[in-house]
Amino acid sequence: MKDIVIKTHKLTKKFGDFVATNEVTFEVERGEIFGFLGANGAGKTTAMKMLSGLLRPSYGEAMVAGFDVYKETEKIKRNIGYMSQKFSLYEDLTVEENIRFYGGIYGLSNRQIKEKSTALLERLNLMRDAKTLVASLPLGWKQKLSFSIAIQHEPTIVFLDEPTGGVDPVTRRQFWDMIYEAAASGITVFVTTHYMDEAEYCNRVSIMVDGVIEALDSPAGLKTRFNAHDMDEVFHQLARGAKRGE
Amino acid sequence: MRFLTFIKKEFYHILRDRRTLLILFGMPIAQILLFGFALTNEVKNAQLAVWDQASDTQSQKLVQALAASQYFELSHQIKSEQELEPMFSSGEAGLIALIPPALDDQLAHDHEAKIQLIADASNPNIATTLVNYASAIIRTHSNTASLQQAPPYQIGVETRMLYNPQQNDAYNFVPGVMAMVLMLVSAMMTSIAIVREKEMGTMEVLLVSPMKPIQIILAKAVPYLVLSLVNVITILLLSVYVLDVPINGSIPLLVGEAIVFIITSLSLGLLISSVTESQQTAMLISMMGLMLPTILFSGFLFPIENMPVPLQVISNAIPAKWFYLIVKGVMIKGLSFAGIWKETLILGGMTLFLLTVSLAKFKIRLA
Repeated sequence: MKDIVIKTHKLTKKFGDFVATNEVTFEVERGEIFGFLGANGAGKTTAMKMLSGLLRPSYGEAMVAGFDVYKETEKIKRNIGYMSQKFSLYEDLTVEENIRFYGGIYGLSNRQIKEKSTALLERLNLMRDAKTLVASLPLGWKQKLSFSIAIQHEPTIVFLDEPTGGVDPVTRRQFWDMIYEAAASGITVFVTTHYMDEAEYCNRVSIMVDGVIEALDSPAGLKTRFNAHDMDEVFHQLARGAKRGE
Repeated sequence: MRFLTFIKKEFYHILRDRRTLLILFGMPIAQILLFGFALTNEVKNAQLAVWDQASDTQSQKLVQALAASQYFELSHQIKSEQELEPMFSSGEAGLIALIPPALDDQLAHDHEAKIQLIADASNPNIATTLVNYASAIIRTHSNTASLQQAPPYQIGVETRMLYNPQQNDAYNFVPGVMAMVLMLVSAMMTSIAIVREKEMGTMEVLLVSPMKPIQIILAKAVPYLVLSLVNVITILLLSVYVLDVPINGSIPLLVGEAIVFIITSLSLGLLISSVTESQQTAMLISMMGLMLPTILFSGFLFPIENMPVPLQVISNAIPAKWFYLIVKGVMIKGLSFAGIWKETLILGGMTLFLLTVSLAKFKIRLA
């Protein structure tokens, strides 16, 4: 039996006459790396906000980590992690203070925070930089730290909103290694990205065009269906018909 | 626990930003000292010239009384009319006291005499102040000196200095500066602190976390409430020990009223933060939208009674005006709560209204 952690049915958000997300229906399994693609303005962010409990849908249904997005947003929030393209860290706090702060607001006990932060620093090889201000870390490190912090409370699902924007290819590879590791440990990864090579790393990919999911399959499946060499081609074939955009 | 973690984080932000610290602690001190010493109409050690035509016992006593005061310094004794004008044109004196001949005789026979005061009115404010000071000194002298008969000197002096016999300007400035500083610290700093999280993208992360929006807001506000109270105490200490402005009323009452006003300002800050996206905008709105009306309409620099009626009406909508009245009432006039309950009620009503609106606005933004 499949272990479904995100399930939506005709999930819709309207802003006045504008339908940002139009009757979106999909499922995501536990431990899956789910790529959520689309041009700017396609409705990705709106969908993600509804799933993370930030935005109330206009209509349609959605369950996240087993909880209803209308009635149980508090429970959803406790069971998800979130990392935005801006890294979500406080630059004027040290590495350790950032870890403690986020551990604290997710309700971890002092003992838990202590254990976790030691393990986290060791894994990232940041032991010596624990008391360094985040502002002075290289971008790649900030991003890895940010991801580690987003999953330190062991969420069911972690939402990553364009997590690799502006990062060099080598660091992006390392970052994806961390994503695989997290997925292997049972955390579902819901990721939006602009990089089509990254879409190849996902187990399944959905492509949104003008508020609607136009395609949803494994990267291999999509390439076969659109008779394309890579995901870039698939994306352009679909996005060509888009009316909205920047 | 969550809440404490958050407050701790806010204090890190504040303590690690030199600019914030400077505004927080440097500003109140700078303002108080500026208003107390530099921007004042008070005149000390003004140069006084005397033309003592009498040169008798009474006139010498009078000159001594004038010279002994902290406001005047006897710079010249002049002997002729020709010397009068050069005193002013060269700037050697700001005020000349002209004592008529045979003062002793006049006082003995007529029971009255007139001292003429000539002031350099190229700066009318200073001239008026000097004339007032001198008149007051002369009158006091004539009352206390051994001239037991009915007032021997007739010098028209009008004074309306009920609570401020020395016309100490600090009496007006201290409550005004307090209103200004609290408005600035609580409203501007809080709105900037919240908007910064929006700019950095961390606000999103916080909203996705199990922290409730109201907790986030409270955690943002609490440190500034605490620091504003520190400012209130700093200002009070400075005014008592540096500016010689006494606290005539109850200190707990004063602090309590200050807390109400701080909450008003915090609500305004929250309101600003929910309609702006950048720190610069938040700062600008705080400056133009809050500071300016506070300075113009609280009544501490420009008397409200002198304004055109429409502006007088507008001034009623400015919370700082009411706070200014309250602080002045408690601190200077020594009023108890019974004397300021009306102002407190108005200020409290405004606070409640602003708090409700700003919280509602913050929630709407989330939806």
